[in-house]
Amino acid sequence: MAWTRKILRVNLTQGTCTPEALNMAWARDYLGQRGLASKYLAEEIDPRVDALSPDNKMIMTTGPLTGTAASTSSRYSIVTKSPLTGAIACSNSGGFFGAELKNAGWDMIIFEGRAPAPVYLFLHNDRAELLSAEAIWGRSVWETDHWIHQRHQDPQIRVAAIGAGAEKGVLFAAVVNDLHRAAGRSGVGTVMGSKNLKAVAIRGELGVGNIRDPEGFMKAVVDAKAVLAGNAVTSAGLPTYGTQVLMNVINEMGAMPTRNWREIQFEGASAISGEAMHEPRASDCKPNLVRNAACFGCTIACGRISTIDPSHFTLRGEGRDRYKVASGGLEYEAAWALGSDTGVSDIDALTYANFICNEHGLDPISFGATVAAAMELYTMGVLTQAHTGGIALDFGNAEALCTLAELTGRGEGFGLEIGLGSKRLCARYGHPELSMTVKGQEFPAYDARAIKGMGLTYATSNRGACHLRSYTVASEVLGIPVKTDPLATEGKAELVKAFQDATAVVDSTGLCVFTTFAWTLADIQPQVAAACEGDWSMEKLAEVGERIWNLERQFNLDAGLTAADDTLPPRLLKEPANTGPAKGHVNELDQMLPEYYRIRGWTEDGRLKPDLRERLGV
Amino acid sequence: MLRSLHIDPQKCTGCLQCEMACSYENEKVFNPAKSRIKVFNFHDEGRFVPYTCTQCAEAWCLHACPVEAITKNKLTGAMEVADSVCVGCKVCTIACPFGTVNYNETTGKVIKCDLCGGDPACAKACPTAAITYVDANFTGLERMRAWAAKTSAGARA
Repeated sequence: MAWTRKILRVNLTQGTCTPEALNMAWARDYLGQRGLASKYLAEEIDPRVDALSPDNKMIMTTGPLTGTAASTSSRYSIVTKSPLTGAIACSNSGGFFGAELKNAGWDMIIFEGRAPAPVYLFLHNDRAELLSAEAIWGRSVWETDHWIHQRHQDPQIRVAAIGAGAEKGVLFAAVVNDLHRAAGRSGVGTVMGSKNLKAVAIRGELGVGNIRDPEGFMKAVVDAKAVLAGNAVTSAGLPTYGTQVLMNVINEMGAMPTRNWREIQFEGASAISGEAMHEPRASDCKPNLVRNAACFGCTIACGRISTIDPSHFTLRGEGRDRYKVASGGLEYEAAWALGSDTGVSDIDALTYANFICNEHGLDPISFGATVAAAMELYTMGVLTQAHTGGIALDFGNAEALCTLAELTGRGEGFGLEIGLGSKRLCARYGHPELSMTVKGQEFPAYDARAIKGMGLTYATSNRGACHLRSYTVASEVLGIPVKTDPLATEGKAELVKAFQDATAVVDSTGLCVFTTFAWTLADIQPQVAAACEGDWSMEKLAEVGERIWNLERQFNLDAGLTAADDTLPPRLLKEPANTGPAKGHVNELDQMLPEYYRIRGWTEDGRLKPDLRERLGV
Repeated sequence: MLRSLHIDPQKCTGCLQCEMACSYENEKVFNPAKSRIKVFNFHDEGRFVPYTCTQCAEAWCLHACPVEAITKNKLTGAMEVADSVCVGCKVCTIACPFGTVNYNETTGKVIKCDLCGGDPACAKACPTAAITYVDANFTGLERMRAWAAKTSAGARA
């Protein structure tokens, strides 16, 4: 079993909290978390709804292995329609909140409607209450977390919350749980804000049981942990350097997008790398990195806990105490977006900007990438200080980056324009071609001119540009599970489909996709099969992954997206890489996309063929 | 050889595998709320510290119990609670200076670490050896070894 078989339906308009049984027929087809919540969303909303209207729904969902002893069992997802992309959104987060939801006895919470005044949900096992959040509306995630713990006098409550930016419509607002873990992408926090829902606070004491074969499950769990412990990436690289282990690797291979993707290698990469986070600084002889930290149940522990250099400009002045302590440090994506993409190589400025993204609930990828686009517009003279409120938006300006993080986080001044995201900002100033986005979502940290499969990954991702939908970097750069040539397009359609389907399964279990540096589905399958009743063979899981991908695709088509949205910005298709091993290369998406559609069983215009629809039951 | 749980907080990543192992061993459910070992997160300092009963030689809990429900297991050295005798009066939870004996609302008894009868699940589940089960007379051995290594390296330099 492993599912609690219970979902909580919260109607914010009416102020009701109603338990109902999990649809087990759907669970057998979609497993849990990403897959199962996407099925609920597709069944319950019209894909054409305005994402910020009360007609949209927001689902917080765990997987069957969330909260169990399986390694990395922390994961939960937020599934909704995205205001940034207009596509289906599924943002995944770790920390401790997801396991707490499961421990309280729930597989998922479906939020619908819009509260007439700001509220937060307090969930203590079976008891669910909507309480007034008037006192914390407009406050930060960190203040909200503190206020809830004080009010309920219980340090063991886990909180997920939004900041002021989300309330004011910043389109890439995140939901942040446990102070610095985030359901980061696609503006899921903006949807939460539109529902007048400030936070979800949970205390779960019921535990996670219902394991179909406890003995078999514990054996599978121990075996799978041994695989993680025996793999160099998951036992050494990630705990030591976090995802930042990639910074120097990706820069050296010339796949590090720099200054809004005008360049492909960053001269400041080593200064903001995982290695740099270990270097003692002059002021206090301490390194940026305090230690690594794990999410619930994780035996990898890639999380970064960092401090800012006490002599840094961001700590000067009044009211800075909350930034003088240890908090969530730089992951590779944040370091890239806040750093390389904006040309800022000041690691303390990046750490500060990252703290601000956590404190106020911003997606650091979309935020950094939008600042980078604004910097290019400023360099061209299209944006001026008259627009920015006097901020000199030159590439490399660390002060400007930090100021914009504060303004965007609070939803003030020019921060509200940054909060539009890169696509809308660039369109507003007459240069849509400078927006480095797909379907309106900003790119992550891998240049598709140097890693060809990532071009197809971005173009076809169901939530807009994203590295976590099919991380072909694993194969094209790291040789996992097999090495492919990053500069070749042959075979990439097949590779992307395989990664997309497998990742959809991982995202539906409650486990973390970072395990797949070491695990394949063959390591995950025995854990799922021992925990969950029903047929969970390798063949079944492969089918479930394909079904989830096609369900998401169908949602997007029904929402009005078309094959024309499966594309890349002209910069990647026409402007060749200017340095490094990929010099002279563009991304030949046109060589991969038709093949991809064919392998998917889609028509030439990217629609599901009837026989595919019938086979998968989508 | 008498063994005891030994905790090295510097190695702890805060993953709570120990809490799940403990609750699963004792309650057959993954439930940190029912764990006899707890990991504390000193967030602002970036420190995680697992904490549980150290099995005092002269145990306050044992001496305080009015019904003699707490007895010492001579093989493991653990102070064990006999559920059939415990009346849930909670005097032991007051007597324990460290807070490691706690009341369990569901059963109406107190719960504390009993070293799983000599094979503690938390130590087995810990992925970083922050919790180990070692010779009770030499819990400092690994720390001595680490310093000894530095000492000899210094002599060579």
